[in-house]
Amino acid sequence: MAAIVQGIGSTAAPCASSNKFLLSSLGSSLLEKKRNFFVVRSDGKCYTGLNQQQRRAQNVVTNAVATKEEKASAAVGSKPGHELLLFEALREGLEEEMDRDPCVCVMGEDVGHYGGSYKVTKGLAEKYGDLRVLDTPIAENSFTGMGIGAAMTGLRPIVEGMNMGFLLLAFNQISNNCGMLHYTSGGQFKIPIVIRGPGGVGRQLGAEHSQRLESYFQSIPGIQMVACSTAYNAKGLMKAAIRSDNPVILFEHVLLYNLKERIPDEEYVLNLEEAEMVRPGEHVTILTYSRMRYHVMQAAKTLVNNGYDPEVIDIRSLKPFDLYTIGNSVKKTHRVLIVEECMRTGGIGASLTAAINENFHDHLDAPIVCLSSQDVPTPYAGTLEEWTLVQPAQIVSAVEQLCL
Amino acid sequence: MAATAFSASKFTQSFSLNSTRSVDRPPLFPASHPLKTTPSSFLGSTRKLSLSSPSSSTSRRRRRRPSRSPAVVAVSEVVKEKKSKSNVSLSNPLITNEEGLELYEDMVLGRSFEDMCAQMYYRGKMFGFVHLYNGQEAVSTGFIKLLKQEDCVVSTYRDHVHALSKGVPARAVMSELFGKTTGCCRGQGGSMHMFSKEHNLLGGFAFIGEGIPVATGAAFTSKYRREVLKEADCDHVTLAFFGDGTCNNGQFFECLNMAALWKLPIVFVVENNLWAIGMSHLRATSDPEIWKKGPAFGMPGVHVDGMDVLKVREVAKEAIGRARRGEGPTLVECETYRFRGHSLADPDELRDPAEKARYASRDPISALKKYMFENNLASEAELKAIDKKIDELVEDAVEFADESPLPARSQLLENVFADPRGFGIGPDGRYRCEDPKFTEGTAQV
Repeated sequence: MAAIVQGIGSTAAPCASSNKFLLSSLGSSLLEKKRNFFVVRSDGKCYTGLNQQQRRAQNVVTNAVATKEEKASAAVGSKPGHELLLFEALREGLEEEMDRDPCVCVMGEDVGHYGGSYKVTKGLAEKYGDLRVLDTPIAENSFTGMGIGAAMTGLRPIVEGMNMGFLLLAFNQISNNCGMLHYTSGGQFKIPIVIRGPGGVGRQLGAEHSQRLESYFQSIPGIQMVACSTAYNAKGLMKAAIRSDNPVILFEHVLLYNLKERIPDEEYVLNLEEAEMVRPGEHVTILTYSRMRYHVMQAAKTLVNNGYDPEVIDIRSLKPFDLYTIGNSVKKTHRVLIVEECMRTGGIGASLTAAINENFHDHLDAPIVCLSSQDVPTPYAGTLEEWTLVQPAQIVSAVEQLCL
Repeated sequence: MAATAFSASKFTQSFSLNSTRSVDRPPLFPASHPLKTTPSSFLGSTRKLSLSSPSSSTSRRRRRRPSRSPAVVAVSEVVKEKKSKSNVSLSNPLITNEEGLELYEDMVLGRSFEDMCAQMYYRGKMFGFVHLYNGQEAVSTGFIKLLKQEDCVVSTYRDHVHALSKGVPARAVMSELFGKTTGCCRGQGGSMHMFSKEHNLLGGFAFIGEGIPVATGAAFTSKYRREVLKEADCDHVTLAFFGDGTCNNGQFFECLNMAALWKLPIVFVVENNLWAIGMSHLRATSDPEIWKKGPAFGMPGVHVDGMDVLKVREVAKEAIGRARRGEGPTLVECETYRFRGHSLADPDELRDPAEKARYASRDPISALKKYMFENNLASEAELKAIDKKIDELVEDAVEFADESPLPARSQLLENVFADPRGFGIGPDGRYRCEDPKFTEGTAQV
C-alpha cells in the first residue's frame, strides 16, 4: 500500500528502522497488481509502486512534519525533489493535469483573474485563458450544476468553493445531481467532477466560515470524499481526483495552505481510497485527518516522551474508509482513538466508530474514543474557538486513559 | 411569418442591448497584450466589460419601462389580445407536407403514449409520481424536431414526451416506466429521470430548477469545445424545458445571468401552463409575464402561443438559430396548458372547468390537423394511417415492456460509481468491487 513512513524527530535513514514493519505489512499486497505497494530494497531505500502496473524508483519523504511550524528536513536519498507550500502543490497538481488533458477546466469565484482566494489557481487564467479557468458569478448552486452538466457532456471540471461552507448553497446539485445522476441514468452519464475548497476552523473566522462539511456530505451515495493534509498528499490527491471518473470532493484546510514540504520531482498520483500511515506504533491507533493530524503529531511527541507508542494514521479517504489499513492497525494495537475536527454529532468520527465496531469489534480491548469538536457554532473569540477544537493536551490524556 | 411572436414591443430593447456586445466587434486589445494569449470575444473578461458596460447601462436607462396596470393582468387576457392580432390566415403554408406529417406524428405519439401511461398506471403497471404531458405537445414537437442528434435537451419530471420527441424509442421509455431492466435507464430512473446518452437527453429531474444549471453546463461544453478545444464546427445547442413555477426559483435567474454573460448556446423554454400543482401562476408571481425576465438579463424574451405548433416552431427556429450562430441565449415563454392534473395522483379540483374547456378547444393536434387540411398538406387517410401506426407502436411498447425482465439483484450496485473502486477497500485488503458478491448485488458496501 502507498504509505509515507514518518518517524518523529528522526533524521537519517528512517527507512532502515522501519523495514520490519514494511515487510510485515506487505503481505498479500505484493501480489495485488492493481494497488500501490511499497517495496524495500536491500540497501534500505524504499520505493512506492504507483498507479496500476507502473512502478517508478522514488525516494520517500521521510521527514517528520510534526507541527505546522516545523520546516521539513531534506529528503533522504539522491533525488533532490523541490520545496513548496501546500497551496503551490495543489496548483502544481492542477496545472499538470490541465496540461495533460485539455478537457480539464476550473470554475469558481475569483479563480481566474484573482488567482483564487487562497492562490491555488494563481497564474492559471493567464496561461489557459478565461474560459478554461472560469470566473463565475456568485451563484454556487448554479455553477456547481453547470459543472455537473459540463461533466456529463465530456469535460472534467474542477469546481472551487471559495470556502467549503459556501457549498451548502450547492447542496441540491451536489446531492441530487452529482451523486445520483450516474445511477439514475442507468450508468449512461458519468460525472468526473472535482469539488474542492478550504474548510475547517481557521483563526477567528467566525461561525459561518469555519464549517466542516464532510459530515453533511458523507451520506450522499455516489460521491467520494478525500481530505489532504500535507503538500505531498495534496498534490497526489488532487491529481487522483481529477483523473477519477467519480465525483470527488477534496477537502482542504484554511490553516494548512502555507505548510512547506519537499515533494518529489517525478510525477506521482496517490490512491483516493487509501489511508496514510503517518507513524507506526504498537500501543494505540490514532485515526485522524486534515489539520488534526498536526495536533495528533504534536501530542505524539509528548506521548513518546512519556513512554507510549502511538500509531498514527491519516485516514485521508473520508468516504469510503480504508478499512484495510485501519483494520490492520486495530488488530495490532487493539485500542482506537479518533481525533477529528468535525462536529461530534453525525461526523466522520461517528461513522468511523460505527464502521470499526461493526468490522473489528473482536479486536478491541477498549471502547473506541472519539475526540471531535464541540457541537457549538464556532465562536469568534480566540479563547472560545480554541476550546471548541481538540487540542494536543486532550489527545495526550485520552491516550493515557485508553492505555490504562 | 408569425408576426405575433416577434412583435416589436417585446424585442427591440433587448436587441439594442445585444448589439453593443455583438461578436463581430474587432478585438479591443492587441494580440500582444501581456495578459491575453489570443484575442477572444469571450465576455467573461472584465477588461472587455469595462469598455462595453457604460453604453449598455445607458441603453438600459433609456429603455422605456413597459407600462403595467396596477391590477394583475390575467395571462389569458394577454393571449386574447394576441389572438386578435393573428386572425389573418397565412397565404403561404409554413411547412411542407413531410414536415407537417412529421409534426403530426410526433404530437400524436406524445398524446397516445401519455394516454397509455394513464391506463397502465391505473392498472398497476407503474407506480410513484407520473406527470403527463397531454395538451403541451406543441412545445415539445415545435422545438425538439428542429434539433440535431448532438444537441442536448434537459427537461423536468414531465419528460416522457421530450424523450420521445428527441428520439428515445417508445419501448425504452415504457420499459423504464414499468421499472424493467430494458428501460432507457435500466429501470433505475423511472418516470422523472429519463436519460439517453445516445440521443443527448440529459434528464429528467425531480426537483424543479435543478436541470437548468445542468443545461447551462451542457451549453458551456459546446462553447468550450469550439473555443478551447478548437472544434470549429461544434455548434451544439441545448434546450432547457421547465415550467412557470420554476421561473420563481433562484436557479432560473442565476442561469439566465450566466448564459447571457457568456453567450452560451442555450434556449430557455418556459412551458407556462399556468399551474404549479395547485398554485396558480398569478398567485405566485409578482410579474406574471415571464418573457420580460429575459431582457432584464440581456437576452431576448419572447412570448408565443404554445398551443400552436407552427408558431412555436417559428420562434424555435429563430432562437435555436441565434444560439447556433453564437449570438447567445433566448428566453421563450410558451403559453400552454396541461389537460390532465399535475400528476396522476392529482385530483385536479382547483382549476376552473371553463378554463379547461377553453384550452381543450385549442388542442394542438386538432389545430395542426385543421391547418393541414385547409392548406392541402395532407389527406384524411394519411393522418388516419399515422394514427394507426402510432397506436400500434404504443401497443408494441407496452407489450415489450410487459415482457421485459425486472432488474436482477446483481444490478443493485453496478452504477453507483463510474469507477467502482469508489466503494473503497474492505477489511480483507481487496477493493469491495472485487468481492464476488458485488456483482451479485449482495456485497457489504
